[in-house]
Amino acid sequence: MSRQWKRHAGWAALILVVAGLALLAAGCGGGEEAGAPSTGTAGGEPANKDVAAGAQANVGGGEGQLDLVAWAGYVENGSTDPEVDWVTPFTEKTGCKVNVTIGQDSSQMVTLMKTGNFDGVSASGDASLRLVAGDDVKPVNVALVPNYADVIPALKDQPYNTVDGVHYGIPHGRGANILMWNKAVVKTDPDSWGVLFDPNSPYKSKISVYGFPIYIADAAVYLKATKPDLGIDNPYELDDKQFQAAVDLLKQQRQIVGEYWPDATKQIQSYEGGDSVVGTTWQYQANVIEADEKIKVGTTLPKEGATGWSDTWMISSKAKHPNCMYMWMDWIVSPQVNADVAEWFGEAPANSKSCALTASKDHCTIFHAEDEAYFDQVYEWQTPISDCGDDRGEACKDFADWQQAWTEIKG
Amino acid sequence: MVQSRAAKLLLRAATSLTLVFIYLPLGVITLYSFNDSRSLTWPIPGFTLHWWGKALDNPGARDALLTSVKAGLGATGIALVLGTLAALAVHRYQFFGRETISFLVILPIALPGIVTGMALNATISTVFEPIGISFGLLTVVVGHATFCIVVMYNNVLARMRRSSRSIEEASMDLGADPWQTFRHITFPQLRTALLAGGLLAFALSFDEIIVTTFTAGPVKTLPIWIFQNFARPNQIPIINVVAVIVILLSMIPVYIAQRLTQESGILRRR
Amino acid sequence: MQLGLLLAPPLGWLLIAYLGSLAVLFISAFWSVDSFSGDLVRDPTLHNFRTLVETPVYRQITGRTVGIAAAVTLADALLAFPIAFYMAKVASRRMRGLLVIAILMPLWSSYLVKVYAWRIILQEDGLFNWLLSPFGLSGPGFGDVATWLVFTYLWLPYMIIPIYAGLERLPDSLLEASSDLGGRGWLTFRRVIMPIAFPAVVAGSIFTFSLSLGDYITPTLVSNTQFIGNVVYDNIGVAGNLPFAAAFATVPVVVMVAYLLVARRLGAFRAL
Repeated sequence: MSRQWKRHAGWAALILVVAGLALLAAGCGGGEEAGAPSTGTAGGEPANKDVAAGAQANVGGGEGQLDLVAWAGYVENGSTDPEVDWVTPFTEKTGCKVNVTIGQDSSQMVTLMKTGNFDGVSASGDASLRLVAGDDVKPVNVALVPNYADVIPALKDQPYNTVDGVHYGIPHGRGANILMWNKAVVKTDPDSWGVLFDPNSPYKSKISVYGFPIYIADAAVYLKATKPDLGIDNPYELDDKQFQAAVDLLKQQRQIVGEYWPDATKQIQSYEGGDSVVGTTWQYQANVIEADEKIKVGTTLPKEGATGWSDTWMISSKAKHPNCMYMWMDWIVSPQVNADVAEWFGEAPANSKSCALTASKDHCTIFHAEDEAYFDQVYEWQTPISDCGDDRGEACKDFADWQQAWTEIKG
Repeated sequence: MVQSRAAKLLLRAATSLTLVFIYLPLGVITLYSFNDSRSLTWPIPGFTLHWWGKALDNPGARDALLTSVKAGLGATGIALVLGTLAALAVHRYQFFGRETISFLVILPIALPGIVTGMALNATISTVFEPIGISFGLLTVVVGHATFCIVVMYNNVLARMRRSSRSIEEASMDLGADPWQTFRHITFPQLRTALLAGGLLAFALSFDEIIVTTFTAGPVKTLPIWIFQNFARPNQIPIINVVAVIVILLSMIPVYIAQRLTQESGILRRR
Repeated sequence: MQLGLLLAPPLGWLLIAYLGSLAVLFISAFWSVDSFSGDLVRDPTLHNFRTLVETPVYRQITGRTVGIAAAVTLADALLAFPIAFYMAKVASRRMRGLLVIAILMPLWSSYLVKVYAWRIILQEDGLFNWLLSPFGLSGPGFGDVATWLVFTYLWLPYMIIPIYAGLERLPDSLLEASSDLGGRGWLTFRRVIMPIAFPAVVAGSIFTFSLSLGDYITPTLVSNTQFIGNVVYDNIGVAGNLPFAAAFATVPVVVMVAYLLVARRLGAFRAL
């Protein structure tokens, strides 16, 4: 009799323990730390909104280490190409040893930053506001970054890096998502995104497009030009009707897509291995393919305009090496270094003095670094939120909707 | 039936084909470690030893390899102790929920890695971090040990089921206490099972990437280093070299273990 | 008392480290995310599960994943059996040793490198097409078939080893007795070998099935279709929709638990 009781008691205890742990964790987890603690003195800094919002007031000595999350090609230490190295001089100058984790897409970068194990991230516009909203990054005191003064005005105080006048990062550079094709297969140079959306495309199943939900904006850009009665203005602020049109276009495109590329390496291999002949890409891939000399590719920014990105270096709210991070932010946006990065990755530099310092003299012309008219046609990545920002109010689709739709598009 | 010529021939053919299947990609990897170009196209334009030199010189790869070895040893060690204890308990005693233990132990390896990874990440964030244990080598070891336990458990249990208890009982009758019995009787019987299980557990931990992504934080095990370096075109041939080196190095422990776990062949004629 | 001492550390480990965290994960499947702030809203709701059931694409993805996992398991069982039998019953002791080493060695080489090697083999201008084009044929290219092929390759050693261990326990004398009693090859196979080997096959299948069910890296690299793991992983990041990811993650868990229960019934746990 008592034995039975004991057995049942044992199981009851087990269940209670597990349930208790679950509730405990549920209670503790998730609703975390309030905004980042502010270091440095708060009083005596009259007009500095950044410090008032929680950024540090001064930069002390380096902590000896720096852990970054960055896009491929942003943090080069000579291991990809011995000539391409701006990390070693940085370490020599500041004593901060740099460890970099390469992100493949904004989702992964946000996830990595949420772990709190990194000091900073090169966030694109679709990640930056998410990071701010999630308290994963803290404000940046731009007064502590001397080279910020030389950043081109078009990149300062933008919606993706500044919230209510508080700065959240240092601009890195910007670029467009361009169209690339294999010259041996695609004989006439295309000038429109239509080549990727043509249901009767001769390149069926050899089309390569970016494999993440943000690509829906590319469809919206195309529709903006081809179906003006939809009234699409900002491809990231789509209401129901506009969103549905973009999704339908993409579902139709699914029939001809061969690859939803998840990272640069896979796409490079696809093109060189003959599996892809035309698609969206970053200049980075085109550069590497040119250097490999296996195939010849052409690139262009199509006439409808394109999506693009403008990346921002942000500092983690849990940064363990904040001083090194500030030193890095100043370094990466200094004229020569910013020129080197922009040339290597293939983008327009953020620092206005960099154009004079690029090795290839027409780099800035090619990338339209000072051509604001060009960048008016480039819709930089930003996180879709339900607030349309105009008289439609809260009618727009937010990123969760984009993610769900994307899952349905890929099938 | 086994002696029939045709059957033997068929089996030999099937075995050879399977081996070809298993080693085809490995052959490709080895080939590409000598590739003159860093591009991953077929066929190879030329051969070079250049990448081998660079790989042997690469501190990132060495550190990652060392980290993986450390994590693997840690996870295997923990799994050894805990798995053996669990197997001993289940084998020796009858108690309510005995079958459930087998079930529970296999859960970490049976559930998809992404579920285990997410669950462990949540645990570490909510339970370990508040008490000061942050993401790092320790959490990697914890994560790996969770699914290595099942390997040890199954190996030890299988071995115990095949060996007789009478020797142990005789030892107890002759006055040895449980610890002495374990040390002199049980452990030698289990030794080879522990070794075989340990090898498999180490292999599982060494090449694991999905759970490790969720539990590693800033630490770089070899699979993580490889994953990240695939993004760098010039590192890809080096990765191939590292993979070949690892395969070659692994021959040693596997060979030793194989020698040590040779069955005495009671059930075989030869 | 001894029992308690023996069981306490492993159970403690399992409970705290694993079951507790699983519980947390699945509780969060009943929560949702505030679409504006991205914060977790802890009011219980069935919204996530309703989306899963009502939207066809999730059923499609689940079907595809389970289907391919099953196909992989079948292929691995068929491939593993002959070689395991050869190793256990026919090969000389030295050959057996060599074969075990030969099978275990690929386990140590990096998963990612192996998958990229398959990319080289499968790509348009890759090894397969290069070998087959003189005959006018072509390889499978990328897609679900490629995923099936690569999974079959990756998990094969996990199937061979349990079957080998199981067949090793089959006494030669039994086989001889069967043929002495007049059983021809196929009959001996069906009546003597299969019943003993079957639990081992089921044991191996636990590995192949579960490893295929949760993987998201291989599908991304050799196919452009989505698997369960892809959807779960995608929803954790920028979407920040952990509750939905957790909800979809319950699907493979349920499938595996059901599979394990069936496997236990078939005696697999005795054979591991």
